[in-house]
Amino acid sequence: MKFFEFSGNYLLLLRKVFSRPEKFRIYRKRIMAEMDHLGYTSVGIVALISIFMGAVVTLQMALNFESPFIPKYLIGYATRETVFLEFSSTVVALILAGKVGSNIASEIGTMRITDQIDALEVMGINSASYLILPKIVSSVVFFPFLAILSMFVGVLGGYAMTWLTEIFPLEDYVTGLRTELKLFNIAYALIKTSVFAFLITSIAGFYGYYAKGNSLEVGKASTNAVVASCVAILVFDLILTKLMLV
Amino acid sequence: MIRAEHIFKSFEGRMILDDISSTFDTGKTNLIIGQSGSGKTVLLKSLVGLHEVDSGEVFFDDVCFNRLPFMEKKAIRQHVGMIFQGGALLDSSTVFQNVRLPLDLFTRMSKAEKNKRVAFCLDRVNIVGSNDLFPSELSGGMIKRVAIARAIVMNPEYLFCDEPNSGLDPKTSVVIDNLIREITEEYNITTVINTHDMNSVMEIGEKIVFIHQGKKWWEGTRYNVLDSNNKELNDFVFASSTAKQAKARITEQGQSLR
Ligand SMILES: Nc1ncnc2c1ncn2[C@@H]1O[C@H](COP(=O)(O)OP(=O)(O)O)[C@@H](O)[C@H]1O
Ligand SMILES: [Mg+2]
Repeated sequence: MKFFEFSGNYLLLLRKVFSRPEKFRIYRKRIMAEMDHLGYTSVGIVALISIFMGAVVTLQMALNFESPFIPKYLIGYATRETVFLEFSSTVVALILAGKVGSNIASEIGTMRITDQIDALEVMGINSASYLILPKIVSSVVFFPFLAILSMFVGVLGGYAMTWLTEIFPLEDYVTGLRTELKLFNIAYALIKTSVFAFLITSIAGFYGYYAKGNSLEVGKASTNAVVASCVAILVFDLILTKLMLV
Repeated sequence: MIRAEHIFKSFEGRMILDDISSTFDTGKTNLIIGQSGSGKTVLLKSLVGLHEVDSGEVFFDDVCFNRLPFMEKKAIRQHVGMIFQGGALLDSSTVFQNVRLPLDLFTRMSKAEKNKRVAFCLDRVNIVGSNDLFPSELSGGMIKRVAIARAIVMNPEYLFCDEPNSGLDPKTSVVIDNLIREITEEYNITTVINTHDMNSVMEIGEKIVFIHQGKKWWEGTRYNVLDSNNKELNDFVFASSTAKQAKARITEQGQSLR
């Protein structure tokens, strides 16, 4: 029951977000600012987790493909597929849900409880659109670049791991990376990332926009936003994979 | 002129505003007074349409504002200024950007014209040399002044102020009160002010509506306050024992003169 009420309110807010935007010029400025604020500042953390993930995945694959019947280059191939298909989109999105989602929910929630949203409304501004739309647009556009970065750095992490540990020949790793690269899989990962970006920013915006009370409530809204967007990411990961790959 | 007619508003079954009707005149500072929690903020937000009322009408001059569709409301909103209790300046924008925002969104002014208008408004409220500061770097009094500047930047016909001097020292309070009154007279604005500050009542109370238990309990001018017999009003206005004695003396003198 609560789920339906939640979804209903969420869709109503989305309608408000996408209806009657203000002057385009203002939006362009805000979108650029949000790209910097939400996207560019996440480059560091995405690179960091990706390099470790790539390294660990390579290590795991190498340990589990310890059979003489399995060609070694498959380690590189399996690493690439895992990093490209799931880690660069889903795991990175989960991390960003924590970083960006909590940031958005607490920022907008604070604006709500300190009357800043009412102040915008009184001026005649569509506050939902003014505050949330630039965040959605900028992240839907920018997060795929983070995914590309993650793919690149992740594979590099595996390379570094192989080189450092010499657990199997480096040439095999490179051969594996170049085996049967499907462009569609990359497109699939990027589309997923955009969908996740939409989910994170709109769900976090929703929790912030309807926060009420005091700073405790804003804290709760922020936590709930992260939990809800993580769940949404996992559910949509399943749905999109079923739709696009199976 | 703003006219409220039979406003009812409840939250989750709890009645907050119970049949409020009143008229607020143009060019005057109209006050809504009442204890903390009596529903002043809810009433003010209902007047400007931030709260949907359960029933009743709010007229801005001859237009029934709360029944208008969104776009027409939006058109009228550009003639409305509001000062919130905490100032409600946008945290992520500087003083100058805060005041300029309505101009950016709703006018076709050139950059130079906008800057001139913002500078004029900031000057009018005596904020000088703080253009690039953020709200977190301002004192309480300055926040209120910037909020006033933002509220008047579009040349509003209607101005709403929610406790404009709460949290300020008495002297700054009087300065802010007088600033609002001057602006009201200068530009012939219909101004509605929430307050529980007795200095404000006596200083600028050209029309006073006293809210008690969700009802309009009393209305009049600041001069009427002095010789009113309304018990709840007197308990509220003359809350301290010294003030009660003063009021008793005034009443006595009044009777002996008669
Ligand atoms: N959004 C809301 N939801 C539920 N109750 C509210 C809401 N806003 C105000 N109230 C209640 O309405 C009453 C009047 O509040 P308010 O108008 O803020 O008083 P004040 O006269 O101090 O401004 C309070 O009891 C408050 O709890
Ligand atoms: Mg109040």
